[in-house]
Amino acid sequence: MGHAQAYQEAMNMRAVDALMECLKAEGVDVVFGLPGGANLPTYDAFYDAGIRHILVRHEAGGGHAAEGYAKATGKVGVSLATSGPGATNLITPICDAMMDSVPVVFITGQVRTELLGTDGFQEADMIGISMPVVKHSFMIQDPTEIPRSIHEAFHIARTGRPGPVVVDIPQDLSRADIPYEPVTDVRLPGYQPTTEGNQKQIRIAAKALANARRPIIYAGGGVVSAGAGAELTELAMSDRFPVTCTVMGLGAFPGTHEQWLGMLGMHGTRAANYAMDEADLICAIGARFDDRVTGKLSEFAPRAKFIHIDVDPAEISKNVPAHIPIVGDAKNILPRLTAEYRALAADPGRLEEWWSRIRVWQERHPLRYDDSTDSEIKPQYMVQALYEATGGEAIVVSDVGQHQMWTAQYYHFPQPRRWINSGGLGTMGFGLPAAMGAKVGCPDQTVVCVAGDGSVQMNAQELATCAQEGIAIKVFIMNNGYLGMVRQWQELFWDKRYSQVEMGEWPDFVKLAEAYGATGIRLQDKHTLVDDMKAALAVDGPVLVDVRVTREENTYPMIPAGQPARNMVG
Amino acid sequence: MGEPGTKEVLSLDELEAVAGLRTGRKHVLSILVENKPGVLTRIAGLFARRGFNIDTLAVGPTDDERISRITLTLDGALHPIDQVTKQLHKLINVLKIRDLEPRETLARELAMFKVSADGASRAEVMQICEIFRGKVVDVTKRSVVIELTGTCDKVDAFEQLVRPFGLIEMARTGEIAIARGRGET
Ligand SMILES: Cc1ncc(C[n+]2csc(CCOP(=O)(O)OP(=O)(O)O)c2C)c(N)n1
Ligand SMILES: [Mg+2]
Repeated sequence: MGHAQAYQEAMNMRAVDALMECLKAEGVDVVFGLPGGANLPTYDAFYDAGIRHILVRHEAGGGHAAEGYAKATGKVGVSLATSGPGATNLITPICDAMMDSVPVVFITGQVRTELLGTDGFQEADMIGISMPVVKHSFMIQDPTEIPRSIHEAFHIARTGRPGPVVVDIPQDLSRADIPYEPVTDVRLPGYQPTTEGNQKQIRIAAKALANARRPIIYAGGGVVSAGAGAELTELAMSDRFPVTCTVMGLGAFPGTHEQWLGMLGMHGTRAANYAMDEADLICAIGARFDDRVTGKLSEFAPRAKFIHIDVDPAEISKNVPAHIPIVGDAKNILPRLTAEYRALAADPGRLEEWWSRIRVWQERHPLRYDDSTDSEIKPQYMVQALYEATGGEAIVVSDVGQHQMWTAQYYHFPQPRRWINSGGLGTMGFGLPAAMGAKVGCPDQTVVCVAGDGSVQMNAQELATCAQEGIAIKVFIMNNGYLGMVRQWQELFWDKRYSQVEMGEWPDFVKLAEAYGATGIRLQDKHTLVDDMKAALAVDGPVLVDVRVTREENTYPMIPAGQPARNMVG
Repeated sequence: MGEPGTKEVLSLDELEAVAGLRTGRKHVLSILVENKPGVLTRIAGLFARRGFNIDTLAVGPTDDERISRITLTLDGALHPIDQVTKQLHKLINVLKIRDLEPRETLARELAMFKVSADGASRAEVMQICEIFRGKVVDVTKRSVVIELTGTCDKVDAFEQLVRPFGLIEMARTGEIAIARGRGET
């Protein structure tokens, strides 16, 4: 903030114009939204504010797009909606952002203050409805609060454990005139996230690592949020520590590294899950011991002691009691832990036995599937083909279901922020709009979406947005004609009673793409798949590729829900 | 734990989990919050969502009009208290939380009891009231209303004693608490 500006007299302007100034001051270059009565003043301000506004076709699409943008760039995403139905349409993205710690500011319109509490037209208690699923929310009560609340919202969304923040602005307040002065500080006495890890704890952790004979690093999405992928790799390579990641953490450690064991959890590799099961020391970093990771909690990693590094103190000992808790930012802590560890000059030879055990699991139980001899495309092969067609270099966004797990297994992410999915909430319909947001944030990168034929229909309307705005995402639908993951559970655990999982031939995705002004392509020959995919990737503009895959294929291996990792099947 | 780089051995076997434990006793949490609309809803919602049971809850102003104090009691046998306080700390409007040490805390609650008291029983009820340093604040031919302050345990004991006479109604505020001595709660 320049001095000239800071000393300048407060200017009178509409609160919504001040809102635009605040967004610019926060470095916002794009927002995703859809207008309505209660946020008409805000849209009037957008008309010539010089901020790119992308008109989505459904507010949920806008919310997920803001998430995709945030996950791909590391910046705060912004999503807007009007009051009532517009605002409630954002609830799923808000909850999704909460579960996966995604920094997004949601700005909703609200009815005029005189109508509040009267069940006015399009009134919904957005603060109340969203309260359980936000990091924080602001109900604007005076127009002069708007600038400070906006900056505080960005600060809260971005710092500590990132997350969604809602700002709800009544229509009459947003059009009022206020004296505007740039806000240069935030005052949040109740919010001071710890970022510096405790040195003594770090030292104890280093010693524990040096004394462990069967250690493993278990990294989660927190490492990606912290931008600490390189620091994680440094730590792992300060000795030969084996590394596994959660579905949110993929890419935090290079997926082709010789110390990489693959993803852990329900559909993780046997090597990763067995190593967790037999480890004597687990170093958890930015991970939260979700039930999809632990399986049966009482039998999770029975021999292990836990180092738990997390910026959110409430995650530590929430599910699994930690022995060495370290609260803080992984980017701050990991280099110090590595330095402390190096200074101990531990004998790397002590890990030989552990590695030979791990290598046996890796050799005996690689990820595998029965490839068909005819031209049918196996879903796993579809992901391998995509890996080859993109040279492993794309930002890959997925929806939710079997295709998500296969993508997590077979696409080897070389670096963080290349893999974007809905892990915590498991939101079908996340993929296509999130890919759109990622592409807007990273226009020079190839952005592909691996979608389910079920999931993609939950937000396919955003293809129109992509066509209108020239957002060139390449969507590859893994079309099995089923709500595949549910069908798999019915096959395995409900006697193959396939209840309401078959979706048949509808819609015709090629025609759907064309109707939306995108390019539609159908692929069904595995022998030409890689080349066909390359050709699809080379087409300008948004492309929807309908890839027909084996219909009844199961995602393996698998820890049946609520069972310990040892009981993996398939 | 020694200096950086010292090679002393740290036996993994000796490491103990340091949190997530249940204390088994009653806890009194004194929480300072920003006096803003919706703060109580955020706290109540958090407790409901996470399955934390509140035994009592009292809210009131503090010496600073921008800040309110919430005093709540809960059972440390049912919940790991550190998890409760850590979740509370995540609420942006929560400024400070003290898990009050029983020995260093003065806790009081206000209660009102409407007890049947006709003829013979009246004198006995009054006597109990006196022993507990209660105050009779309303009398009719067939009932008295007694005002009582004290710790939760004292109020519980009083309730037990007067119940046999016919407890018509009871209202309790829940405990509020403050630290002993000069230091701030
Ligand atoms: C919004 C939503 N509704 C329901 C579910 C439950 N669910 C999880 S996976 C799945 C099937 C998804 O089908 P599809 O997108 O075709 O993916 P596939 O498993 O076939 O690869 C369903 C219905 C969900 N995760 N999200
Ligand atoms: Mg499907």
